[in-house]
Amino acid sequence: MILVFAETWNGQFKKSTFEAVQYASACAKAQGTQALAVVIGPASAPVESLGAHGVHKVLHLHGPEQFETAQYAALLAGVAQELNSSIIVVSGTANGRALMGALSVRAEASAISNVTALPLSYSPLRVVRGAFSSKGIETCESRLPRSVIGLIPNAIGLKDSSDSDAAFEDRNASETARATVLEQQLASGSIALPEADRVVSAGRGMKAPENWGMIEELAKTLGAATACSKPVSDIGWRPHREHVGQTGIQVNPQLYIAIGISGAIQHLAGVSSSKTIVVINSDPEAPFFKAADYGIVGDAFDVVPRLTAAIKKYLN
Amino acid sequence: MKILVCISHVPDTTAKIQFTADASALDANGVQFVINPYDEFGLTRALQLNEQLGGTVTAVTVGDASVEPTLRKALAIGAHDAVRVDALATDPIQVARELSAVALAGAYDLIVCGQESIDYNGGIVPAALAEILGWPVVSPCIGFDPAGGRAKVTREIDGGKEILDLALPAVLGAKKGLVEESELRIPNMRGIMSARTKPLVITAPQGANPGSAAVSFTKPAGKSAVQMIDAQDLDTLVQKLHEEAKVI
Ligand SMILES: Cc1cc2nc3c(=O)[nH]c(=O)nc-3n(C[C@H](O)[C@H](O)[C@H](O)COP(=O)(O)OP(=O)(O)OC[C@H]3O[C@@H](n4cnc5c(N)ncnc54)[C@H](O)[C@@H]3O)c2cc1C
Ligand SMILES: Nc1ncnc2c1ncn2[C@@H]1O[C@H](COP(=O)(O)O)[C@@H](O)[C@H]1O
Repeated sequence: MILVFAETWNGQFKKSTFEAVQYASACAKAQGTQALAVVIGPASAPVESLGAHGVHKVLHLHGPEQFETAQYAALLAGVAQELNSSIIVVSGTANGRALMGALSVRAEASAISNVTALPLSYSPLRVVRGAFSSKGIETCESRLPRSVIGLIPNAIGLKDSSDSDAAFEDRNASETARATVLEQQLASGSIALPEADRVVSAGRGMKAPENWGMIEELAKTLGAATACSKPVSDIGWRPHREHVGQTGIQVNPQLYIAIGISGAIQHLAGVSSSKTIVVINSDPEAPFFKAADYGIVGDAFDVVPRLTAAIKKYLN
Repeated sequence: MKILVCISHVPDTTAKIQFTADASALDANGVQFVINPYDEFGLTRALQLNEQLGGTVTAVTVGDASVEPTLRKALAIGAHDAVRVDALATDPIQVARELSAVALAGAYDLIVCGQESIDYNGGIVPAALAEILGWPVVSPCIGFDPAGGRAKVTREIDGGKEILDLALPAVLGAKKGLVEESELRIPNMRGIMSARTKPLVITAPQGANPGSAAVSFTKPAGKSAVQMIDAQDLDTLVQKLHEEAKVI
């Protein structure tokens, strides 16, 4: 049995959840076994949508109101042990990543994060993962009969869902939490960076925080998340959570547009696996051009508003 | 407060990553190693807490003798003593088991890790260590304020943050925000001198087995040459993004 943690966010399933579900289903198929999705806590989204991505069964554990590492790890490990699962798939979101270490210990499993593709083999389990901040690709082998796989968001293409013939089971479940969430503060309307399909990112070339309007406008036009280079968040022009790179968020969107960013090795380490990279920089010698698919030499203050207009024209 | 800071010894962020001829491991030739950047945030917060509340700050690394300069650097920055667990660390669960033995031997109030190490980017150790110990864990941690055996801890979540309440002892996975970049400490001359005489204890490993092992490494395929587009001809860019790259 292959298990997948179907994470909810504000009661909804995110794209990364469906990716993890699809991944687990593909593993199950390859091994001639079944995939089971575990939903924990309140879910306002229909659990049928998980079945449509290939799992045979959805187990909904009611009880916990909010994510807490130890509690979720204990609940998932309990199911893994009950069903003798060989693989537990989680997606590499903030919660998925926070969970992996505790889940692995609790379920007596190996922990393999940053996985980018379906397993190369199942016995022994071998998977490909990113290492050294995307500067290397590692083939990793599990030494234990059970493994937790952390899947990088956007690494596998999400296929269209099909009709669901999954079974559903509801259970009440409780495990002790070791910490209590007092409050959550969510930046409204923003698209979470790690799983964004498109990212518009800007650096010190924007000169001042008040110039970010045009960046946000371009991002809005594209339905993209906004990001920034490290110095921009260090000096407080943008929030920390937008900082991408080796020491920030690692992204691999379909489209990454870098504006006024020089392309330092630490920045590239977090963004170079993006499928298509567009660089806009006034300096033709900027190192970022070497890592780009499309480059524009020009002043961001001139180019960005015109690019937004050109995209709007195209979208109409 | 008695604090244990887990330090990972990693290639400098500017290092060009190369692998050995048989592709089985990192080629460490010519690579400069540093304290994992996330651990620097954790170490700095630990030192601040120590200045407010007293106690000790101990730095620990699981690794062979080659990691000692990195531990000495942690001492130079201000840790009081250091422990090196003499084992080659190849797997996060193994590292967590070795660290848990150090944790239990020292009766710590707080263990500070980084949210992940920038070498293998595992992000596994903090929660694994906490689970072995049966302690709460908060990662990525961007705020920590203790009061009377408890703490208010801020955790970064996708699209925002949350504030948790927990009882100590606990494990943190530090990230920028726990302290600001500008607060990070660098060793000064006095620190470097005193680091030479601070205790660095070498302990024998428990012999925990790794849960996984690296089989081989490759480098990502390079990008094909960039296509430069005239800044006056943005319609061409839009067209290429649609037709060639198929991303809009
Ligand atoms: C330990 C460590 C970790 C690090 N981690 C990260 C990380 O995770 N992420 C990260 O981003 N950085 C990281 N860095 C910093 C990195 O080395 C660079 O300093 C940083 O990426 C530079 O940011 P920038 O490109 O915004 O600024 P700059 O290097 O100042 O570049 C600004 C660019 O804007 C261009 N420009 C100026 N005006 C205009 C204009 N009007 N129109 C268009 N272009 C213009 C310039 O030509 C230049 O290329 C790290 C550094 C260290 C030491
Ligand atoms: N070999 C090690 N020795 C001590 N601490 C470590 C070691 N490896 C990882 N850590 C700690 O665990 C954190 C997360 O590491 P990782 O799970 O390897 O990404 C690091 O930031 C360190 O604080």
